[in-house]
Amino acid sequence: MGNRKKREGNFPVRIVRAAVLLAAVAFLMVGILQREYLEVLQKAARICLECIGIG
Amino acid sequence: MGKTGNRKPKRINEVMETELMEDVKSTVGRKEAVTGTSKGKLCRDSIRSGGEGKRGGEGERKQEKEPDKEKKPKEEKIPGSCRNIRLSFQRTVQILSAAIFNGYVAGFAQGKIFTGKAKGLCVPVLNCYSCPGALGACPIGALQTALGAGHHIPFYVLGFMLLFGVVLGRVVCGLLCPFGLVQDLLHKIPLPKYSVPKKIDRPARYLKYFILLFLVILLPAFLVDDTGVTPPLFCKYICPAGTLEGGLFHMAANAVLRGLAGILFYWKLILLIVVVLASTMIPRPFCRYLCPLGAFYSLFRRFAFFSMHLEETKCIGCKKCEGACPMAVEVTKNINSAECIRCGKCREVCPTGAITYRKK
Repeated sequence: MGNRKKREGNFPVRIVRAAVLLAAVAFLMVGILQREYLEVLQKAARICLECIGIG
Repeated sequence: MGKTGNRKPKRINEVMETELMEDVKSTVGRKEAVTGTSKGKLCRDSIRSGGEGKRGGEGERKQEKEPDKEKKPKEEKIPGSCRNIRLSFQRTVQILSAAIFNGYVAGFAQGKIFTGKAKGLCVPVLNCYSCPGALGACPIGALQTALGAGHHIPFYVLGFMLLFGVVLGRVVCGLLCPFGLVQDLLHKIPLPKYSVPKKIDRPARYLKYFILLFLVILLPAFLVDDTGVTPPLFCKYICPAGTLEGGLFHMAANAVLRGLAGILFYWKLILLIVVVLASTMIPRPFCRYLCPLGAFYSLFRRFAFFSMHLEETKCIGCKKCEGACPMAVEVTKNINSAECIRCGKCREVCPTGAITYRKK
């Protein structure tokens, strides 16, 4: 009984976690298809003047 | 001489053995002495082997003391010796992750930053991509850039953040974040330590959610200046990790950049000094009050794979865990609080082993 209750208690958590995990993978796929990684690379591969306090 | 020398101890041993047996009978009890239980055997063996001590009790005590004597030299502290440094699991992981995320050693030597393709990937921690050693992109910086420059939904960066959030959650803060490591080390400095009163502490903790919502998401997304590009506001005005990891190094290495330093740099430097000083007195002030990435990961406390578990039947209510928690979490009431960074310090101090890591 206790185990069943625990499983029922975890049930929505597991669903939400699976949904978030799926969303994360889907977002990543969409981002890669839209070549958003180039945008990230472009910013990260140069010295970020804002980050170091020059603006 | 040698022969007599050998005979005498034998006789002495025999006498001592009988003395010992009597002693044992009177103290331990007849049953144990007659049947030769562990204590009796121990005493006899100790005398037979070396003839140490006149009485069995002393021999027994010496037997007990011997292991202590053996241990003592190991525990002896030699100042400046590296052998005395015992790294905890947390510290080991922190150092390793800091070394991995900032593994471009040539960057430190040449005064340049890494420009390889790996910079297109987000790391799970708040690690400035302008740090000379950084091998990946900071997710908070990348998110602001995507929102501020592209003005579109940043699927790629959000995908990374959701993935790290659901898989690791705030384990990232406790075990992987290099700036967390810096704060932890600063807190080791022997200066007076303070605890922030709850009246100030609780509302101040919402500041990081405010920063996440306004400075990281809403303002970069909707505020547009003449150029059409909104700067990364958190990085520009607040982030002390950027000043420490990137700013100070580049300023020291590059004279041109040094010449460009103005009010903004000094503002960020003051902020860094404040965080550094606060870290020596309060554990992890930046993580508690300012870090937007920690705020984002704390949203996953219910769904993250790793969580802490308190076995209530084992808990004796000593509250040592709450005293050890750097984030001032009420461990016995809400162990998986949004503030819990899964550093495992509560687990280390728990005398009954009631606290464990749990993989849901």
